[in-house]
Amino acid sequence: MAAPKLVIRGLSKTYQTDRGDVPALAGVDLEVGENEFVALVGTSGCGKSTLLSIVAGLESMDQGVVAIDDEPITAPGLDRGVVFQTYTLLPWLTAEGNVAFALAAAGCKPAEVRVIAREQLALVGLDGFEQAYPNELSGGMKQRVAIARALSYRPRMLLMDEPFGALDALTRHHMQELLTRIWERHRLTVLFITHDVEEAVYLSDRVAVMSNRPGRIKQVVAIDLPRPRRYELLSTPEFQRLHRAVLDSIRAESIQVAQLGRALER
Amino acid sequence: MPPPPEPTAGGRPSRPRPDRRRLRAFGAPISTAEFVGVAAAVFAGLAFAWTAATALGWVAPLFLPSPMRVILRFNDLAASGKLVDDTTVSVYRITVGFLISTLFALPIGILIGCYRNWEAAIEPLVDFIRYMPVVAFVPLTILWTGTGDIQKFLIIWIGTFFQQVLLFMDNVKSVPRDFVNLGRTLEMSETRILIRIVLPSAMPAIWDSMRISLGWAWTWLVVAELVAATSGIGYRITTAQRFFQTDTIFAYLLLLGALGLTTDQAMKLAHRRLFRYLRAR
Repeated sequence: MAAPKLVIRGLSKTYQTDRGDVPALAGVDLEVGENEFVALVGTSGCGKSTLLSIVAGLESMDQGVVAIDDEPITAPGLDRGVVFQTYTLLPWLTAEGNVAFALAAAGCKPAEVRVIAREQLALVGLDGFEQAYPNELSGGMKQRVAIARALSYRPRMLLMDEPFGALDALTRHHMQELLTRIWERHRLTVLFITHDVEEAVYLSDRVAVMSNRPGRIKQVVAIDLPRPRRYELLSTPEFQRLHRAVLDSIRAESIQVAQLGRALER
Repeated sequence: MPPPPEPTAGGRPSRPRPDRRRLRAFGAPISTAEFVGVAAAVFAGLAFAWTAATALGWVAPLFLPSPMRVILRFNDLAASGKLVDDTTVSVYRITVGFLISTLFALPIGILIGCYRNWEAAIEPLVDFIRYMPVVAFVPLTILWTGTGDIQKFLIIWIGTFFQQVLLFMDNVKSVPRDFVNLGRTLEMSETRILIRIVLPSAMPAIWDSMRISLGWAWTWLVVAELVAATSGIGYRITTAQRFFQTDTIFAYLLLLGALGLTTDQAMKLAHRRLFRYLRAR
């Protein structure tokens, strides 16, 4: 692994609720290397989105260290581009306007904003849709704008929170291929949250499996599949083997949840 | 029981006929022409029932004058200039009263929608006052300011402002959390997030709240004019009642309905124009 870009050590987080304390994360350790693509998978409610929110600086932590390039993070910042599961495109701005919005906030010169915005939209295959409003775009296109927006201001790393979770299967596949293509060409440090094991294995260099709540990293699986990756990869035995390994690891967790549920019912 | 659907023989296209089942589905779309047609038919039906009830002598004209008499009276009032004068006075009062109320309610509603400590300070108080009947303030406001325009503004303000504050607060609160988070990840200041993200995002809903509260403002204006005024639509209705001029009362009631419908439609049209981006092409 290359020099770690993102380091997470002993990260813990507990939510205080009316019904007592709910531990969400209990001692998460994870490193993401420079220009490495790491996917974080886990059952729903395991705290993986909480982890991403903390790395994004949008939520506080109770214990531990999160650092990018050895600088501990304390607040949200332009060094981390975030793609949310809900597309979060501002509906009153066009596709180009949404990208330009981020560029302007990042202090890009007004003369360059338009050019870069168009470049970024072309990168995700949306040339010709610059002047379309979010309501005129499909779910997949909206998320492409969101990716273009997060990439536009050149963050040091990209945080993606189940970005394709709300898309239909076919569109999801297109988006995975698109993301792989962009990533293979432009290389960037990515932390990608998903509950789709196939997606995680297809996209990543390493897949980190999270335990049930309270979440910690249970296992990290290195995905030593060749690049460039194309969709035919999915049917190869190597892919199947890795897919199986990650799936088994997660299934152990979901079986635990089911057993716990039955125990509580009794 | 509905008849079974007719089979189309041999794949020949069946005669086009209106699909009744389509209209029974929840939220099924209809064309603008259909919408206007149905709305007009309901108005026409009501007018017909009214005409029938008076022509057949079911109701004494003192209680319910015939549509014809109301129309004639309407024409008289319009010709004498009274109608225009009263409408002008009332529209002036509602415009000023509503604008003052909205201009006060906007910043306060936005403030308590954004900050919980301000919400704690203001929201319970607003709720407390909101439940006091506006009508009960009429004597008090007369005591305070007399029976002039200021008293009308005050009643409109009391009736509208407190409702608007809560509506605007909710509109601001409904801005998706992730929109604010987006601003944070872009290192925007709180003020810029408010101006560049929260306000534009809440604006369509705020406009709708304004449209709804404008309807209430009409009610409070007429209430204020009914009790103590020397001009305006409400005042004219009270004097008409004193002389048993039921047709005049009806003429003004219809005028109020028409004014309300027009302003509401105008606000809706403006909403469509202002927030074009909300509609998918």
